Amino acid sequence: MALLDRHAASRDAYQAIRKASADPFSVRFDSVISPTEGVIAGQRTILLGTNNYLGLTFDSDCIEDSVRAVRERGTGTTGSRIANGSYDGHLALETALKAYYARRHAMVFTTGYQANLGVLSSLVGRDDHLLLDADSHASIYDGARMGHAEVTRFRHNDPEDLYKRLRRLKDAPGEKLIVVEGIYSMVGDVAPLKEIVAVKREMGAYLLVDEAHSMGVLGATGRGLAEEAGVEADVDVIVGTFSKSLGSVGGFVVSDMEGFDVMRVVCRPYMFTASLPPAVVASTVTALRKVQETPALRHKLHANAKHLYDGLTNLGLSTGPNCSPIVAVTMPDQAVAIGMWNALLQNGVYLNLALPPATPDNRPLLRSSVSAAHTPEQIERVLEVMEKVAREFGVLKDEPKRALA
Amino acid sequence: MDLITNPTVLEVARAAEVVLGRSVHVTAASDISRDLAVDSLALMNIVMELEDRFDISIPIDRLSEVQTVGDLSSLIDNIRNKA
Repeated sequence: MALLDRHAASRDAYQAIRKASADPFSVRFDSVISPTEGVIAGQRTILLGTNNYLGLTFDSDCIEDSVRAVRERGTGTTGSRIANGSYDGHLALETALKAYYARRHAMVFTTGYQANLGVLSSLVGRDDHLLLDADSHASIYDGARMGHAEVTRFRHNDPEDLYKRLRRLKDAPGEKLIVVEGIYSMVGDVAPLKEIVAVKREMGAYLLVDEAHSMGVLGATGRGLAEEAGVEADVDVIVGTFSKSLGSVGGFVVSDMEGFDVMRVVCRPYMFTASLPPAVVASTVTALRKVQETPALRHKLHANAKHLYDGLTNLGLSTGPNCSPIVAVTMPDQAVAIGMWNALLQNGVYLNLALPPATPDNRPLLRSSVSAAHTPEQIERVLEVMEKVAREFGVLKDEPKRALA
Repeated sequence: MDLITNPTVLEVARAAEVVLGRSVHVTAASDISRDLAVDSLALMNIVMELEDRFDISIPIDRLSEVQTVGDLSSLIDNIRNKA
């Protein structure tokens, strides 16, 4: 058996998709010209699947600070912080995160994936228990797998099910760490955090919230779901990313836990990888300031999300349970999902094709993520294209319910 | 077809039917991935179902040792005997 033969099933599935369409997993942009527009195969295309929630990737201050940092500090750090030391930017970013979250400790990772990998593999160990929401992101599952704690899943967004599973572990030795996400990345649903906190308190567990998709999006100052739900004091650890609302790359963790800094010498995904380059750190610090100084960005984002969510729902498409900047439409089957995804792209709309098992309940999805930088005209254009394409594929049978503009 | 007498194997089959939404025919020797066409996510969902049936905790990190229905049913029996 050749080494890659073990992936034969994945290879065959991938080939079948590529035969039916343009390859949805390696879209090539000729250029990206703004947070909401790119050029694909010579055609101007609306970007509706890039998690660029606040549109800060082209913010002029972020760009200027990034350019200055690369001139003054160079293109890369060429190593990890434990070997090559920290730059002033790394410390400034951690200080800014501590201030923003009002927490005693902050640690920056090179990617959001590594933040979860690092925290979940080192915060708990042998005899401890991780309780993961069943729909957790791959980075959470991988972090759990890398560590030595016992791993239990609970039913998605179901605090009673979490309670039941913690009750079964009542007499087991070790600590329990519950892991949930602020906004779930596939359909944009939000964790019932108040109820989860109540279970955590009653059962004496710790709670980690991954705010990757909710930072800059939820809460009065954009700190995420914990802020919005008013339960920050009960959340022991917050993990997040710079690659969505903050428009760069990297991950972080903040906590008030006594002695948290020991993580810097035990957490392998922090220790054994090159640290973030100065240019990335600089734009991230500026973007974090913008999130705090510009609540209007969040208001615009939510107005755009509502525009798209209501529009798609009123067309009669099957959208998620609540309106959020992630708007997913459930497809009847994979062939229609792939066909519609291609037709949307040909009509100048780029969004994400999400296929099982990366999706809940084994359903294919067309997943959009809205940006504060989208114009109302762009969202209207998306709704027009979506209606036309959905009708062509027989996904919409009724007459449109949408009022004529 | 082999007659299934092990009650845990029967429960595994029932849990698989609930999760997969189709009838399955298994013996202890059935390979979960190959014979039942169950991917890693569906297996974790089957385990969740079994946790509720037996009111026990089956850590998913233990699934690396599970290849057949018999492996899974032994894992469950071991956990129940320890409880």
